[in-house]
Amino acid sequence: MSKFLALYRRELAYYFQSPVAYTVVAVFLLFCGYSFYNLLGYFNLLSIQVMQNPLQARNLSITASVLAPLFSNMSTILLLILPLLTMRLFAEERRSGSAELLFTYPVSDASVIAGKFVAAVTVLAVMLAMTGPYVALLALFAAPEPGPVISGYLGVWLMGVSFVAMGTFFSALGESQLVAGAMTFGCGLLLLVIGWIAPFVSPGVAAVLDELSIIRHLEGFGRGVVDTNDLVFYANLTALFLFLSARALDSVRWRS
Amino acid sequence: MIEANGLTKRFGAREAVSGVSFRVEVGEIVGFLGPNGAGKTTTLRMLTTYLPPTGGSARVAGFDVESDSMAVRARIGYLPESVALYRDLTVRAYLDFVATLKGMSCASRTRRADEVVDACGIREVYARRIGTLSRGYRQRVGLAQALINDPEVLFLDEPTVGLDPKQIVEIRELIRSLAGRRTVILSTHILPEVNLLCRRVLIIHRGRLVSDGPPRELAAHAGGPSRLELEVRGTRDALAAALAGMAELLSYEIDVDPDGTCRARVVGRDGADPREAVAETLVRHGLGLRSMALRTMSLEDVFLQLVTREE
Repeated sequence: MSKFLALYRRELAYYFQSPVAYTVVAVFLLFCGYSFYNLLGYFNLLSIQVMQNPLQARNLSITASVLAPLFSNMSTILLLILPLLTMRLFAEERRSGSAELLFTYPVSDASVIAGKFVAAVTVLAVMLAMTGPYVALLALFAAPEPGPVISGYLGVWLMGVSFVAMGTFFSALGESQLVAGAMTFGCGLLLLVIGWIAPFVSPGVAAVLDELSIIRHLEGFGRGVVDTNDLVFYANLTALFLFLSARALDSVRWRS
Repeated sequence: MIEANGLTKRFGAREAVSGVSFRVEVGEIVGFLGPNGAGKTTTLRMLTTYLPPTGGSARVAGFDVESDSMAVRARIGYLPESVALYRDLTVRAYLDFVATLKGMSCASRTRRADEVVDACGIREVYARRIGTLSRGYRQRVGLAQALINDPEVLFLDEPTVGLDPKQIVEIRELIRSLAGRRTVILSTHILPEVNLLCRRVLIIHRGRLVSDGPPRELAAHAGGPSRLELEVRGTRDALAAALAGMAELLSYEIDVDPDGTCRARVVGRDGADPREAVAETLVRHGLGLRSMALRTMSLEDVFLQLVTREE
């Protein structure tokens, strides 16, 4: 456990003592803020319109028109930005040669993976926590339901965690950070758009594609619905890629 | 302490190390010698559990490098060829990180770091970030991380590369001071270093062990004719006549200095030491023998001979 903690602290120190975490978090916040402003402006416009028509006002909800799309936009931004955070995890150690020392210390591959993975997930959590003021601001002028806010964050976080696991795996494959980043991004994008072709294929295949869509599993969370199906989906994705990371480290050892 | 049995490593079709076997006893400092690309680093990587062997087996500190790799790792210190340390950490933070990964308790970490920092001479850069250190200091921090767990076996891959002469002397002194208590494998292609530090040398070439023995014995083992260098007062013809009559000699070459002194390079027959016979002959011919030196084979010669013999 102390070995895991040492690895975890070392990774966190790397992120926060260099510009890496600050840059990534700043870029994320810039686009989240832009998206939030945009959604709020549109909601304002809608509010003014429905004032003429009280019947429509019933259908207008801050959860559905601001928060749910905000979480959806966050997930897209994470897809773009998380590979930048994860691509270095193992690739950099291999390129610089420090992997040779790390893998001759008496630590298991599992603790090394865990240390790196949990550190990246922590940065992700910090990133999401920094968007807290948006919700606080909203709460000042409206009354967003707490349920969907919490479930929305949970959903985006879970999706982010599965991306980080994916990034860990691709970084463990070789020594090129660029390849690791590109593969993570490509794979994430594929899972994002995989549902698009569902209407044009046979129903059986469509159902499978739909289940694989990383965005479809996020929809429920945005509405305040925490479905076991979705939880299991993200947990499986994360577990699968962490397992593959361990296999990748082993296979690199045999090949190199 | 170290036992390699037919250690083999293949990378695709290329065999980097083929069937290397040797034993190293407790407290020995063994030089691991070979030209670049001979398989030294690959062998060290297998012994340090970084790479699994394709064939054969090895035990380090009593544990198998494959099946008990964690036990091996806990008992070794390793300084790789390219010392890649975490540049963003301070020396203090880095050593503490390594000590924790090596499973040391908090108290022993602090105590041991204190000892190692003095032994490696890095006290004055203890609070500095590794990225800002010179090559020499980084090398010493590398050595400090290898020593931090007080390892039974130490693997050093070219530990003095990139250091200035003063630092080289200090590092060698440090390595020498480890003898007796620790087993050290020192990979290098700097031959005087081996002569200075090691009582035993393993020479590896093209993935095979070509020689194993003390540096001095190696020279004898390599054999070859003895060579003398003479400085003689007298004429070239008189000297040539004297040497030509000697059955002990294989060949000779004579140069005349401007001041009239003759210098001769003489090659004797295999295994024989012709010094006394040469002196006697020259005196008998009335020539003034001013100096005579037996050129022994240096480790370089032995090394080159072993390596070229293979080819």
